[in-house]
Amino acid sequence: MSGKDSDLNSNNIKPVHTNKVGGSPFKGVVGWIDNRLPIIRMFKYEYLDFQVPKNLSYLWSLGGILMICLIFLIVTGLVLGMHYKPSSTEAFISVEKIMRDVNYGWLLRYAHMNFASFFFIAVYIHIFRGLYYGSYKEPRQLMWLIGIVIFFMMMATAFLGYTLPWGQMSYWGATVITNLFSAVPLVGKAIVTWLWGDYSVGDSTLNRFYVLHWLLAFGILGVVIFHVIALHIVGSNNPSGIEPADTRDTVSFAPFTTSKDLFAMLIFLLAFVLITMYAPNYLGHPDNYIPADPLVTPAHIVPEWYFLPFYAILRSIPDKLLGVIAMVSSIAVLGLLPWLDLSKVRSSVFRPIWKQFVFLFVLDFFILMYVGGMPAEGIYVLIARVGTVYWFLFFLVIAPLVSLTEKTLPMPNSIHEYEDWKKQGRIKTFKIF
Amino acid sequence: MSENNNNPDKKNRRDFLTVATTAVGVVGVGTAVWPVINQMNPDSSVKALASIEVDLSKIKEGQEITVLWRGKPVFIKRRTKEEITNAEKVDLKELKDPQPDNKRVKKSEWLVLVGVCTHLGCVPISGKGDYGGWFCPCHGSHYDSSGRIRKGPAPTNLEVPTYEFVGDSKIKLG
Repeated sequence: MSGKDSDLNSNNIKPVHTNKVGGSPFKGVVGWIDNRLPIIRMFKYEYLDFQVPKNLSYLWSLGGILMICLIFLIVTGLVLGMHYKPSSTEAFISVEKIMRDVNYGWLLRYAHMNFASFFFIAVYIHIFRGLYYGSYKEPRQLMWLIGIVIFFMMMATAFLGYTLPWGQMSYWGATVITNLFSAVPLVGKAIVTWLWGDYSVGDSTLNRFYVLHWLLAFGILGVVIFHVIALHIVGSNNPSGIEPADTRDTVSFAPFTTSKDLFAMLIFLLAFVLITMYAPNYLGHPDNYIPADPLVTPAHIVPEWYFLPFYAILRSIPDKLLGVIAMVSSIAVLGLLPWLDLSKVRSSVFRPIWKQFVFLFVLDFFILMYVGGMPAEGIYVLIARVGTVYWFLFFLVIAPLVSLTEKTLPMPNSIHEYEDWKKQGRIKTFKIF
Repeated sequence: MSENNNNPDKKNRRDFLTVATTAVGVVGVGTAVWPVINQMNPDSSVKALASIEVDLSKIKEGQEITVLWRGKPVFIKRRTKEEITNAEKVDLKELKDPQPDNKRVKKSEWLVLVGVCTHLGCVPISGKGDYGGWFCPCHGSHYDSSGRIRKGPAPTNLEVPTYEFVGDSKIKLG
């Protein structure tokens, strides 16, 4: 102890800077604020001057689209929350009131419902983009992991939100999903009773699900901020998978990427408006317009479409605990991909074998989605099992094996050379990819 | 290490204080957190409704009624002689969750079951399925006329709730 005190008296004294005011590139009032709260310069550096690869395709617009979805979901959710009542006797009626009596309530609810679906459409394309172009590889592993956390949170939030209208599918979906926890050995039943606050899904369950739905929505926003900060450290990947080296390879984010993203957003919103206005219930299930009844199980319980592939994996395994483990691992296994795919080449454009397996994986996703919506019997069980086996084989066996044995195509040295090769027809890519 | 050995007294006292402070801290945080966690368990009003009486006198042979108990359906079935013999003659080796029929009933005529599939909590449908009992429409579990799991993903037999006969034709659930 005494040794440290004497250090302070000797030549070890260093100045400290607790006051960091200054450094803003702006003048006047903006500069005054920015000197004290450097968010304006951050916006300039990270959004206006930010350099991104010049060959980004429309698949790179999904990030911005997802942000728009999240913001619209939070805004519509906020106003719906002003009319909704989270109690088992009032929830269904209050939703009907929103649909019939509240000014523009029908629009706000249909928009909220369909934005949830479109959020998942966008996130699935976004994940596919990452898979196809190797966006999970060094140095973007952490971003990829944060993305998987966001995906898990999205699924939880969507599930909780689907419970709130308190229709038959809400009630029975909640029953099936909360019962997944009863598969935990020894404490399973206690956990489920604790989650319910009752001996079955009931009033207490609905009330807490409403609170958690809110909490997780803002939780997602928080983790998305981490995802974006990480992106601005590692930079965007691009269709060539080659890191930009100089200004021949990049453009500044504004106005080039922003205008391209804006166009993509408009197309996306157009599709959203068409569905919301002309087929608002197309992506939902009609049974959810029947009030929840604890004594009658619907003939055929199906989750929302975006859960179907994972639901198929759950049902494909005849053991309850193993089924639950398989379902959770089917998503968690994505997190291992950066360490299972050992190829140094990022983009599937240069990986002829891996590319085939990625497309087969996408096909598998849709097949599982289809059988997840079908009754768990006969041929569907078999298809679901084959699909589940391929799902895990893809990550655990095919990814390392292909990455070690595949002969990749010759690659250009830079992004601008990649663009030249494309013009010369030396690289074959899809138009929008 | 040698410096510590020179001054063992001081070292021990500091260690003790660290451990003691940590222990008090852990107990303190635990005490503060427990109410926040335990508030989610069923409250007193839910627990107060945990047992009910059911009159069985109007149920005819072969009929089944469903009553709501603790928010869950309970099936009370007056079994036919055929159903009883079918349930009793099953070889226990065939069963996934082996239990003789007489361990699942108090009087062999009356079968009382929690009507919740042990897979993921759906309500099985009576009179359907391959074994003359119940069939769960959600994930395809088949139960026999003793409510035992015979086929499908459910891990265990339909639960028999705690109940007792409080007269010839009346039972108390819970």
